[in-house]
Amino acid sequence: MSEQGNLLAIEGLAVRYGAIEAVRNASLEVREGEIVTLLGANGAGKSSILNAVMGLVPVAEGRVVFEGQDVAGQPPERIVRRGMTLCPEGRHVFSNLTIAENLKIGAASRRDKSEAAATQADMLALFPILDERRDQLAGTLSGGEQQMLAIARAMMSQPKIVLLDEPSLGLAPQIVDTIFELIVRLRDRGATILLVEQNVDLALEIADRGYVLATGDIVLSGPAADLRGSGDVERAYMGSH
Amino acid sequence: MEIFVQQFINALALGGTYALLALGLAMVFSVLGLINFAHGELMTITGYAMFFAIAAGIPFPIAVILGIAAATLAAILMERIAFRPVRDANTATMLLTSFAVSTILHMLFQNLISARPKAIPVPDWMIGAINLGGLSIGVIQVMSITATTLLLLALTVFLRRSILGIAMRAASLDFPVTRLMGINANAVIATAFGISGLLAGVAGVLWLAQRGSVDPLMGFLPVLKAFIAVVLGGLGSLPGAVLGGFVLAFIEVSLRAFLPDDWLPFRESITLTLVIILLLVRPEGLLGRKDAVR
Ligand SMILES: Nc1ncnc2c1ncn2[C@@H]1O[C@H](COP(=O)(O)OP(=O)(O)OP(=O)(O)O)[C@@H](O)[C@H]1O
Ligand SMILES: [Mg+2]
Repeated sequence: MSEQGNLLAIEGLAVRYGAIEAVRNASLEVREGEIVTLLGANGAGKSSILNAVMGLVPVAEGRVVFEGQDVAGQPPERIVRRGMTLCPEGRHVFSNLTIAENLKIGAASRRDKSEAAATQADMLALFPILDERRDQLAGTLSGGEQQMLAIARAMMSQPKIVLLDEPSLGLAPQIVDTIFELIVRLRDRGATILLVEQNVDLALEIADRGYVLATGDIVLSGPAADLRGSGDVERAYMGSH
Repeated sequence: MEIFVQQFINALALGGTYALLALGLAMVFSVLGLINFAHGELMTITGYAMFFAIAAGIPFPIAVILGIAAATLAAILMERIAFRPVRDANTATMLLTSFAVSTILHMLFQNLISARPKAIPVPDWMIGAINLGGLSIGVIQVMSITATTLLLLALTVFLRRSILGIAMRAASLDFPVTRLMGINANAVIATAFGISGLLAGVAGVLWLAQRGSVDPLMGFLPVLKAFIAVVLGGLGSLPGAVLGGFVLAFIEVSLRAFLPDDWLPFRESITLTLVIILLLVRPEGLLGRKDAVR
């Protein structure tokens, strides 16, 4: 852990796709046990930040300090093994594998298979619907169930921090509530979470702190309580258009 | 009746060889999106490894093992030396690389060994036939069917039970997210190549046992057939590749057995026409996904 007690610190991150500069100079921190939310309109660069942190897209500039070490540029599999994982936007469950296989592969980075089995039992208890359908192909699940599976699969690596990219995407309001309750429960059980969202109200309700990203720049940050209902977030969103 | 059973067994044996080759092609394709044109050369390498082993006085069964090991090792080296450096380039670059690998290996075989076929003496007991309830079945056929069955079973267990096997199925759908599970990309790809080499090696032994000789172009025809089998079964589907191999062999063997003599020269064209008709009816292949383009 670094001297400031940050589990994850993103410092001056830039992400480019050819000539497109998707993220310019983003910095943010997540401390252990926090839920931090990263908000922003479509195309603001939220996923680009998460993907760059995980090594899925190249870091053009800046540092990604995880537990005091710069991991920028490392391949995703190495970063996962260090204890940081991403639940990607759009869920991306392995639809050609069963639910049990999805969970099993989620624990691929762990050496102790009996501990992994314990986590799996834990996850199936937390998500009873997955337990009922464990031998069914993941592609047969509904959108909300697939999101639960994606989160459970990410937790199977027993990460120190999990990055969640728009878990509410495309889900009915009722299911979104369920998913957010689950995120809170995961935090209560000791997980640290960086939550990317477009559902501003719900995200700020469960987060400790928040950042707002607009066209590649962090334009606002602060404790969630201050951001909530202050109107600043809406203005920051507007400013991005 | 007897002739039907006989031909059925012939088709099973030939289909097994096609299936092993097609499965190797499909395995590499499913994780890398590459049709490896140098796949046939792996068979040829098995042939030459066996030829030199036997020439050095090594007993036939050990030569078989060496031949299969040589193809497996060659496949792994191929990936490490030729394909890994261009992995992040586009598909066309990888395709061209596999053409280059194939051409270079041809040239090496021709110039360092010989353009002429080299005989591989098959032990007498393999050439015979065994009597099964009034039916005489070639030993090689029996070995083909047994080897294919055992390999397909072992591979199924590997793909269903082991983490690496599950990872290979996951990678065929979504490679980046598979890496997010902590799966090493190099390990998955190297394993796919290793298995494809092993399967090509076994197919090579079965092919050689029928023909009794190896030449630089030996792998070309069977792998062309395997490629047709992969497309027929559904590009990207592993069970499809196996099924495609058997269907192709059944078409070929039936035509050879039941076509009038003066039609026989058109056998290959008729086979291909039938395959094309099948693909017109089911463009995604027999077991391919309709949404395969993703
Ligand atoms: N692979 C890529 N190649 C080229 N441009 C990309 C790529 N990925 C993202 N972009 C561009 O980068 C910008 C930021 O995209 P990003 O996906 O990070 O935004 P986002 O905040 O996650 O949006 P959303 O809320 O819609 O998911 C967009 O302009 C997008 O078009
Ligand atoms: Mg996004």
